[in-house]
Amino acid sequence: MRLTPLAAAAATLALAAACAPADESSSSDDAASVSLDQCKPADLDLYKAGTLTIATDSPAYEPWFADDDPANGKGYEGAVARAVAEKLGFAPEKVTWVTQGFNEAIKPGAKSFDFDINQFSITSEREKVVDFSSPYYKAKQGVITLKDSKYADVTSLAGLKDAKVGAQVGTTSLEATQQLGLTTDPLVYDDTTKAAQALQNGQVDAIIADVPSAFYLVAAELDGAKLVGQFEPRTGESEEFGLLLDKDSPLTPCVSAAVDALQDDGTLEKLQQQWLSDAVDVPELSQS
Amino acid sequence: MVLGLLWLGIVSSPGWDRVRQTYFDADDFRAAWGPVTSAFWLNVRLFLVAEVFILVIALVVAVVRVVPTPAMAPLRLLATIYTDVFRGTPTLLVVLLVGFGVPALRLAGAPTSLFWLGVIALSLSYGAYVAEVVRAGILSVHPTQWASGRALGLTYGQTLRHVVLPQALRRQVPPLINDFVSLQKDTALLSVIGLVEALRQANIIGQRDFISTPLVVAAVVFIAATIVIARFADWLTLRSMRRQAGVV
Repeated sequence: MRLTPLAAAAATLALAAACAPADESSSSDDAASVSLDQCKPADLDLYKAGTLTIATDSPAYEPWFADDDPANGKGYEGAVARAVAEKLGFAPEKVTWVTQGFNEAIKPGAKSFDFDINQFSITSEREKVVDFSSPYYKAKQGVITLKDSKYADVTSLAGLKDAKVGAQVGTTSLEATQQLGLTTDPLVYDDTTKAAQALQNGQVDAIIADVPSAFYLVAAELDGAKLVGQFEPRTGESEEFGLLLDKDSPLTPCVSAAVDALQDDGTLEKLQQQWLSDAVDVPELSQS
Repeated sequence: MVLGLLWLGIVSSPGWDRVRQTYFDADDFRAAWGPVTSAFWLNVRLFLVAEVFILVIALVVAVVRVVPTPAMAPLRLLATIYTDVFRGTPTLLVVLLVGFGVPALRLAGAPTSLFWLGVIALSLSYGAYVAEVVRAGILSVHPTQWASGRALGLTYGQTLRHVVLPQALRRQVPPLINDFVSLQKDTALLSVIGLVEALRQANIIGQRDFISTPLVVAAVVFIAATIVIARFADWLTLRSMRRQAGVV
């Protein structure tokens, strides 16, 4: 469905009017915020009327999703997407899932979904091209090596400076490799699976990935590998995942309001413990 | 006129502003130029080294396939299987299999350097294509040339070396250059095994900042390199035509 400029302007105006002075009860002081009461299915300007269209990449893997089925409400992102949909008044059967590649989602042009949930880190550069909701997750970076690697027992980031390090293109993990003070440039892979293959082959000594992905790699894709530790990414913006929407989408305020509500009522924390609990026990690597 | 209308159509489209911002931003272009062009040096080295191996492989395979001696039959079979397999396999797949598969075997002495694994993968794949070009070139030389060579008392090998191949190779220049332009671009495939070449460097910047201008920078660099190769090919062809015509 294409919006005519007039309709888009009207929708924006309507939203602006809706959230102007009357909106006193909202917990957030963000100027663009609206209260959830104004976000009923009938009020929303959806990609397909009557159904909330949510996108993610295929395969949908753990711990973000379960059984490669984003619609089952399992896995952290699966559960968050379902919770957001419910906050907006969409029962699970009123939600349509579509497949959208990570890179295609961030290209300019009309989007074929209402929002995309695919571990998109929020950065100010990216916000020039797309909209993000409030963050639903803050991720740390994990360091993976083989168990018999000489880097398997490092306790600080400085201990990794002579290692050959791999990371996935376009991720905060790749940015975070700058914090290691590496003596050789990192190797860059299309996805973490290829980085994992390179680790297994001895082509790299360590790979950096956000902690939940790192857990999945160690558990499912690698033999004899371990998660050495985790660290807070310092370069760029702090690592936060947000739902991705089309630039200036009229839905953004409502989707953010739903995420904020889930944050306030403790749902996000509860879902993180349920689906991402392992992340709590990983040793912290010193950064000095 | 047509181009003008097309241009107008693109520029006045509703998404143009955003497309211009993401694909054709002057500041982003300048910022990406340095890293992408220096990464392109890797493409150039990969291309030049692979090209040498490809020419050798192609020539050997092509000659093996045209020599009619029964003694060569097993080799001929081998050469045929090689061309069939590597011409039939997507280059990307060969790159993945060689880049990740060969090191996984953990053979003593097998190369572990990504550069050489990349060169091997491209040489295997392109060797098969170019071998067919060379073979076609050899077969295109008129049979009377073979006959006259032999009539002069040259051996089969001498006829091939001094009479047939010089004529064949000259005819092959345009299709060979075609394959090498394609090879030059396919060096970008090696990014999948971890090599940070021009396209990957552009990708890194583009995905970090959610912009696509660095991709345009990479395109410009690849096109520029292609033009250089094409003009070189034109010059070679002209030179050989002049020589054949006796005009120097």
